[in-house]
Amino acid sequence: MPDLKIRKFVTAVEDIFHERGPAPAKPRKRGWCLAVIGNPFAGRYVADIQPFMEDLKPLGMEMAQRLIAALGTDPKDIDGYGKGIIVGAAGELEHAALWHAPGGYSMREHLPDSLAIVPSSKKVGGPGTRLDIPVTHKTAAYVRSHFDSVEVGIDDSPRADEMLVALVMTVGPRIHSRSGGLEVSGIKVKDGQK
Amino acid sequence: MKANIRKIMVVIDEVHSEQGQTVSPPTRRAAAVAVIANPFAGKFVADLSELMDIGEELGGLLGEKAVAALGVAPSQIESYGKAALVGENGELEHAAAILHPKLGKPLRAAVEKGAALVPSSKKRGGMGTPLDIPLGHKDAAFVRSHFDGMEVRINDAPRADEILVAVAVTDSGRPLPRVGGLQKHEVKGEDGLR
Repeated sequence: MPDLKIRKFVTAVEDIFHERGPAPAKPRKRGWCLAVIGNPFAGRYVADIQPFMEDLKPLGMEMAQRLIAALGTDPKDIDGYGKGIIVGAAGELEHAALWHAPGGYSMREHLPDSLAIVPSSKKVGGPGTRLDIPVTHKTAAYVRSHFDSVEVGIDDSPRADEMLVALVMTVGPRIHSRSGGLEVSGIKVKDGQK
Repeated sequence: MKANIRKIMVVIDEVHSEQGQTVSPPTRRAAAVAVIANPFAGKFVADLSELMDIGEELGGLLGEKAVAALGVAPSQIESYGKAALVGENGELEHAAAILHPKLGKPLRAAVEKGAALVPSSKKRGGMGTPLDIPLGHKDAAFVRSHFDGMEVRINDAPRADEILVAVAVTDSGRPLPRVGGLQKHEVKGEDGLR
């Protein structure tokens, strides 16, 4: 990663046992991996920014691997995902869009049956800014039991000339899911939606 | 299981560079955080021994989870800390009952030794409140390079009748320490101070 300056990684996993109702047999898991990296375009307007996507690809792969290892789960059981990015104050929202391809494909590369588009959120913000990252089912985006979001952030990041990139993976439906709609058992079309 | 645990979050923070300087090996901190029901929410109860027992249980559980997250032997843990955040229908004294009487012994077992006081903080607050866990060297409180703090927060906890209990450990001190004082290689580790 010649042009990539990594300052830190934060990896977190939640095991959710119940949400004040009957506890499911298996706890739900939600995990996220965050990387804080230098923004090569901070403080100036650069027209051609797309080459940086190539530099982000190996980072995405490493983050996906870190996250799968932290979840400690067979990748086939990881069934929800999302991605996000916070760009520091000296950058622009357009820089955030560079994360779409490398972030999304790094997870789809590792997770079987990941046909659905990876939902995402982005913003410009300072250290401690919180970002809500949407989560959907990896095979069929309309599966209602897996719609969720995960809030992430780091107290010391991103500095003005940095970016905070994020990947989120989840295992299992929302605890006590009971709002109907398309269920995992009803996935048929295999078009990434239904 | 004495505690009614709704969820557990484990987070690892790994610093690879700071102010343009490479941090090698990376400094690493891990925190394990449990969200538990407060059995005494909304009422005054004189005898807090139930919370003391919960503290004993969580000292071992969270200590082991945090050490496991770093993937090192217990003897390689260098610093530690603990904290509790009580939801609005509880008392600060509930945090004290969890943290002080019984949590330390199983935590020290999880990190092998631990001659020094486990630094702590406590507060009351609502969901998403940041909790800063103080960190100090586990065998010698005067080791200046290891004074630190780790912020944790969970957007959906604590609810009014819950308590968030956190343990943090590191296998390193701050990145780029250079303010002098007692060095870790000078530690005798007998009196907890030096």
